Amino acid sequence: MSSQKFFDRLKVQLLFSGPTLFAFFTVVILPFLYGIYLTFTNWDGVSTSHSFVGMKNYLAVLDDAAFWTSMYKTMKYVLLTVILINVVGFFLAYMLTTEIRAKNLFRAGFFTPNLIGGIILGFLWQFIFSNVLVYIGEHFKIGIFSSSWLADPDKAFWTLVIVTTWQYSGYMMVIYIAGLMNIPKELLEAASIDGANAFVRLRKIILPLMVPSFIVCVFLSLQRGFMVYDLNIALTNGGPYKSTQLVSMYVYQKAFLSQKYGAGQAEAFVLFLIVAIVTLIQVYVSKKREVEA
Amino acid sequence: MNISKTLTKFVRYIVLVIFFCLYILPFILVVLNSLKERTEIISNPLSIPKSFNLANYFSAMEKMNFTHSFMNSLIVTVFSVVLITIFSAMTAYVFVRMQNKLNKFLFFLMVASMIIPFQAIMIPLVQIYGSIGFLNSKWALIYMYIGFGASLAVFIYHGLIKSIPLELEEAAMIDGASRLQIFFQVVFPLLKPTTMTIVILNVLWIWNDFLLPSLVLIKPEERTLPLSTFYFFGTYSVDYGLLMAGLVVTIIPVIIVYLFTQRHIIQGVMNGSIK
Repeated sequence: MSSQKFFDRLKVQLLFSGPTLFAFFTVVILPFLYGIYLTFTNWDGVSTSHSFVGMKNYLAVLDDAAFWTSMYKTMKYVLLTVILINVVGFFLAYMLTTEIRAKNLFRAGFFTPNLIGGIILGFLWQFIFSNVLVYIGEHFKIGIFSSSWLADPDKAFWTLVIVTTWQYSGYMMVIYIAGLMNIPKELLEAASIDGANAFVRLRKIILPLMVPSFIVCVFLSLQRGFMVYDLNIALTNGGPYKSTQLVSMYVYQKAFLSQKYGAGQAEAFVLFLIVAIVTLIQVYVSKKREVEA
Repeated sequence: MNISKTLTKFVRYIVLVIFFCLYILPFILVVLNSLKERTEIISNPLSIPKSFNLANYFSAMEKMNFTHSFMNSLIVTVFSVVLITIFSAMTAYVFVRMQNKLNKFLFFLMVASMIIPFQAIMIPLVQIYGSIGFLNSKWALIYMYIGFGASLAVFIYHGLIKSIPLELEEAAMIDGASRLQIFFQVVFPLLKPTTMTIVILNVLWIWNDFLLPSLVLIKPEERTLPLSTFYFFGTYSVDYGLLMAGLVVTIIPVIIVYLFTQRHIIQGVMNGSIK
């Protein structure tokens, strides 16, 4: 009787969770573990055999100046985009939760870039930076636009920051709108009656109550920033002179183009550790600031 | 008092309209230039096209193999998203209703795995599936999307299923319904709003994904839309009119769907963030 029951439960378990768990383990867990193993080998991607090399790949990561240059650029890119995306996203959300007409039209418009993939947006903006803005610069004598931003190593970096902000701020706006609408109206009204102006209400009530939304949005923009690849190859392709080669693109090229799979995987794993540490710190620090309404 | 109120409202509109233009203008510029010839674009990319010329469109669609890659994208997205939703909802259901140590651990493992970036998996993934010859087909791609999409979907469903009262299911069980019948006839319909959210988040991700298809699909005839766009730009990099038309044909279907469903999409993204 009880073994019958056990098999019934096992059947339900396998029937309901079997397909998902099989895909999850073979696509995520197995490659992840195998990837850790690969970091200790000298596999080149072609030969059938590879040998164990211990910590050699990790020591090589420490020595690979080009990797750390791209990591430094990525950090700078992540810091700037996280700030800009969230400032713009929150600002738009704040404006759109006040009394204003055509709210839905504005929301839909700001969200539009998120419907379209990074490859297409990258090529679209490449055209704007190298043709439209150059034309405007020459025609209206605006010095800053007179030569293509994509040909200048410093400005090319900023094109990535600008396009990323344009792309994701609408998404974060939507999340912030949800957060703002959850703030109890009575609280704001009571504060108004007590004589708090808009700025005081924002600082003392709205921002503290919005901490959960900030946690989600900063988390999402951190993750997307570290992982950016498609926008990077379509907009700047790492150029000029590898000045905009962010870490994801660097790892890809190291592994698949230079065929250094062990070394590439070790760098991918270092990237994973950095992302994990940064996001955990972010969530931990901001959770402590959460307050109840 | 009233004047200052009207003034702030006016300023607010101006600011919003300026931002709105910044968000929409790039798309309009691409459409304008897609109707022009190369020389006309170079001489003035801001001008209104002299004639209404659709030649770029026909040529771009043919050179990108548009219909074919559109169908590939559609097949991959539909199958992946449908399977992710059904399988993940079933898994979350078992995790909630059969709570034991194993299921608790599996759920924890799935949630924890969400922090792993794709870049940390891609090299071994290609190695493993390449060695067993399971690359280069859209079915392999769909299979991988199920694996990658499961965690978030299970996590979101898990939160909702916990709040469904058990009595509903017990009533069905007394009527002699099997577990599968209970799930598909009682539980799954109740999950509909969350299913909408999961469908939207996954469609946005899978339809636009580039890196995974670029690793898995090598044969040109299996390419999805982002992949064909990428190769198309590499090949015709100087013919701007053609390139702009190529961008417009990939963007337009998305925008059309968006126009009809924008409320649901924005609501879906909102819900996905709160849970």
